[in-house]
Formats: sequence, structure tokens, C-alpha cells
Amino acid sequence: MDLATFLVQCLNAVQYGLLLFLVASGLTLIFGIMGVINLAHGSFYMLGAYLAFSIAPFFGQHFLLMLLAGLLLSALFGYVLEWAFYSYLYEREHLQQVLMTYALILVFEELRSILVGNDVHGVKPPDWLAGTVPLGDLMTYPVYRLFASAACIVLALALYLVVNKTRLGMMIRAGASNRDMVRGLGIDITRLYRIVFAGGVALAALAGMIAAPMSSVYPGMGGHVLIISFVVVVIGGIGSITGALVASLLVGVVDTFGKVFFAELSGIGVYLLMAVILVWRPEGLMKRA
Amino acid sequence: MAFNRVLPWIALAALLALPLGLTPYMHELVVKIMVLSVFALSLELLVGMTGLVSLGHAAFLGIGAYVTVLLSPEADPGWLPKLLAAAVAAAALYALFVGALSLRTKGVYFIMVTLAFAQMAYFVFHDTKLGGGTDGIYLNLRPVLGPIDSGAKLHLYYLVLGALAFTYALLALLRRSRFGHALAGIRVNEQRMRAAGFNTTAYKLAAFVLAGALAGLAGFLLAVKDGFVNPELLSWHESGAVLLMIILGGIGHLRGAVLGAVAFVLLKELFSTPALVGDRLAEHWQLTLGITIIAFVALLPKGLIGLPQRWRARKPPRRAADQGAAR
Repeated sequence: MDLATFLVQCLNAVQYGLLLFLVASGLTLIFGIMGVINLAHGSFYMLGAYLAFSIAPFFGQHFLLMLLAGLLLSALFGYVLEWAFYSYLYEREHLQQVLMTYALILVFEELRSILVGNDVHGVKPPDWLAGTVPLGDLMTYPVYRLFASAACIVLALALYLVVNKTRLGMMIRAGASNRDMVRGLGIDITRLYRIVFAGGVALAALAGMIAAPMSSVYPGMGGHVLIISFVVVVIGGIGSITGALVASLLVGVVDTFGKVFFAELSGIGVYLLMAVILVWRPEGLMKRA
Repeated sequence: MAFNRVLPWIALAALLALPLGLTPYMHELVVKIMVLSVFALSLELLVGMTGLVSLGHAAFLGIGAYVTVLLSPEADPGWLPKLLAAAVAAAALYALFVGALSLRTKGVYFIMVTLAFAQMAYFVFHDTKLGGGTDGIYLNLRPVLGPIDSGAKLHLYYLVLGALAFTYALLALLRRSRFGHALAGIRVNEQRMRAAGFNTTAYKLAAFVLAGALAGLAGFLLAVKDGFVNPELLSWHESGAVLLMIILGGIGHLRGAVLGAVAFVLLKELFSTPALVGDRLAEHWQLTLGITIIAFVALLPKGLIGLPQRWRARKPPRRAADQGAAR
């Protein structure tokens, strides 16, 4: 493997890892703060991708505007969904949460099938992102992938600022480390839950929208992302955003280079990584005491 | 209570006599329900008896099924005891590996880790040529044992019924044994059991391996029944479906698992039959199934088996007395 190929693979790994981080950060927050195991989180990623496919024609070259519109729509969707379904799950056992969110996956998949059909679709990147940049003498790298990484970094930074520098972030952090204490301090927990959930849905949907021009938009695309995100959350430690970031990048590297070196067995590399980390640290890399 | 005691025996007798008056379609459906009942019972051992919620149980079913097909000779029918033992042993072995690692974690982590390990097994069969990749492989000749030919419909029926009776009886005995009591103790308060001198991890691992082995048995039956296997057997949708069955029936009762398998298969059959619900709805049966499950979670948290109890509880004067007696 020469330097240019290596560089391309590194870029791919980071880009995939960052995308995973967007999905996993919402998942880990919903776990950490509300204690809900949300199997339907992958469906929000799928929702984002199909949203991009559906609304792209209306926005033409205004790709950023489309992302913003999608972000708002999915956040609103998450807000309503929390109110209608998830708010009943907080006091229930894990088992019932698994069951209800599993049922939601079935419902979302069928609604998608009714509304958009079962065909595989593609979303074109806008013209200003469609080119490639030369890399070394022979290789090129698509501009859109660089844009995707940059967008993810911007979002990750925004998430960092919200969580660490605002009053809302303070409540979120407090909620993740001790839920009952936050409730005891008289913070409006219902509103906090709803905002966190809407934020998690919006992040996952945004990841789906950003991913849509790179991968095709297809039925069942949420399932794979969901399970890899679970692995990320397990490796990173529940409720830890930093952990989710480190774990996402780690998974991105293992998955990308696994495909290069062991094409056939690449699917299991990530799970082996998880097994090793579990033996070493059963509570994840960044579990808070 | 006397009626409750004899109920499994009545069910067994009915199932023994049933093939006499069944249409081929119903015959197929009953065999399917019985195979899934074995699968659901194996998960009940984990979830209901030990309190371990696994979302990766389909891996053991799939491994049992794949081993059955992979070890069957090409040209002759395989020898049934050998294939059965191999399927069960392979599933138990993978359960030992998964259990040893995943039992280091608890609660939500355990759910996710079992899911991830099942997915790992899924990718082995999905991505490699080992089991025919995504297409799966066919089992051309069903295993035999002397005069018993599992390819014959009636033979298969009694083979599956025997496996179901065996699994049910084994778990019923287990519940009453010292081992079963220890598992119940772990479910209620693991710390206390550890303080009482039980090696709780070893008990949980034993339950996990046994549950995996029984799921392997179900996988063997499924492979023989269908005559082919594909990676979807190991997918997390299957794991979710079997969890759904035992919750549907009612956690904490062996007959709940069987009841759940019956209800699940019948609901699925009902929702996907165009003659009953119309073409358009039958095509999207997952939608109706999903909505039913959501309603179910909201209205019946104790499962179908809790229904009679709920009706009884409607009569206010007896409720207080019942609860007093229960405590």
C-alpha cells in the first residue's frame, strides 16, 4: 500500500467514524439521560436519507439550506414522537422498551415502503461539491466526502459547545451522571427529555442526509447503522459523548482498514474490537464513576 | 389450580391426536408453531427464569440450523443423532464464548452486547462462502434414523412434538431443581445470592449455554422442516421476534412462551392473508403487526397469560384478599 492509498483510506476512516458519531451521540445521550434503549434510532438515520431524497429537488443547488430544513423537520418529528410514544417508556422495564421500539421499526419501515416504495434511490450531490481533488499523481478524492467530514466536524464542535458551555448542556450533563438528582433539583425534566430526544433524532437524521449522496438510499439502511452505533456506545461507555467520539473513530478505522486487508471477514472486525474492549474494560472506555 | 396442573398434559394429548384431522396448510402451521415454541422456551430460560434479557438469541438458532445443513452428506441422508448432537453442541459452544464475554456486563450493556455478537455470527454467514453467502444453502435429503425419516411429514411432526415435550419437561424440572431456585434467586437479587456463597457468574453462564443449546435444537428442527437455511435466520429481526413472543405470552411462565409463539405465528398469518384483511393491508402486514405490538405494550404489560388475572382483578372485593394471600 503506497502513501496515497493509505491517505485515502485514512480520510475514509475518519469520515465514516464522524458520521457514526452523529448517530451514536444521540443514542448515547438518550440512554444516559432517559435510560431508554432505543432500537428505532437507526430508523431516524434512514428517515434522514429518505428526507434528503424527497426534498432535494425543491432546493436545487442550495444544499446547506436543504440540510437546515431537514434538521428542523426531523427535530420537530422527534419532539412529537417523544410526546406520543417515548414519554410512556421511561418508567417501564428495558424489556418493554425493546418491544415498543422494535415495533416502531416495523411501523417506520412499512410507512417508508408505502410512501416512497422499496426501490433503491440515489441522491446527487450539488454541482459545487461534485468534483474531485487530486491526491498524489494517480489518485483523486471526491470533494463531497471532504465536505461530509467537515460538516460532521462542525456539528461535533457545535454539540461540544452546547453540552459544555450552555445552561441546557449543564442540565444534560447533570442528567447523564445522576438523573434522580436532577429531578430532585426542580429542573423541568419533561422538557429536558423532549429536547434531548429531538436533538438525538435530528443528529441521526442529519447523518442520514449527509450520507445520502455517498451511499445509495435503500430499505433497511437503518438496521446496520443502528447495530454499529450500539457497538460504538458499548465501547465508548453509556452517556459519554467523548467516549462516543473516540469509539466512533476507532470503529471507523477498524472497519475501513478491515475492508482493505481482510475483505471477506471485514464484517466481524468491529465486533472483535468490541469483544477485546469488553474484556479489558467491561463498562466502556470513558465510563464515569 | 388443579386445572392449571393438567393443562400441559391436555395440550400434549391434543397435539398427539391432532395430525389425524389436519389440512396440509394447518399441519405446516402447527409444526412451525411447535418449532418456534422450542425456540421461545429456550429464551424464556434466560429472560424469565434468570432475568437476562438477550437480544441476540437468533444466533444460536441459526448456528444450529447451519451446522445441520453443512454436516449433511451430499448424496445420502445424514444420520439424525449425529446431526442433532452437532447442531446442539455448536450452538452451545458459541453460547459459551458469547456468555463468557457478555456476562461481564449488565442491563442495557448486556442487551447490546448479545445483539452485537449475534450480528458478528450473522456476518460470518452473510459475507463468507462458508454457508453459500447471502443465498444460503439447501438441505436436499433430510436426516434419518433407522425407520424414522424426518422428510416424511408425519415423522417430522412427531419428532418436533417430541422435542417440544422434552424442552418443556426439562425446563419445568429445572425450575423446581436447586439450579432453578438459584437462577430465580439471581434474578431477584444477585448480590444477596453472591453473599450467600453462590458463584452467580457460573450459574448465569450455565443458563446461557443451556439456552443456547436448546436454541440450537430449535435450529436443527427448523433446518429439517424448511430444507434450507440463509443468513436471515441469525438476523436481529429474528432475535427481536422471539423476544416478542415470550413477552406477548407473558414472561415468567413456561406456557407463556408457548402461548406467545402461537399468538405470534397466528397474528402474522392473520395480518398477511389477503383474504382476511384485504390486499393492500396484507402487503404491509408489518405495519399492522407493529401497531398491535405498540397497543399491546401500552395495555397489557403482563402478557396474554396475565389476562385472566386482570379480569379477576376487576372484581374489587376479592382483590384485596388475593393480594394479601399472595404476600
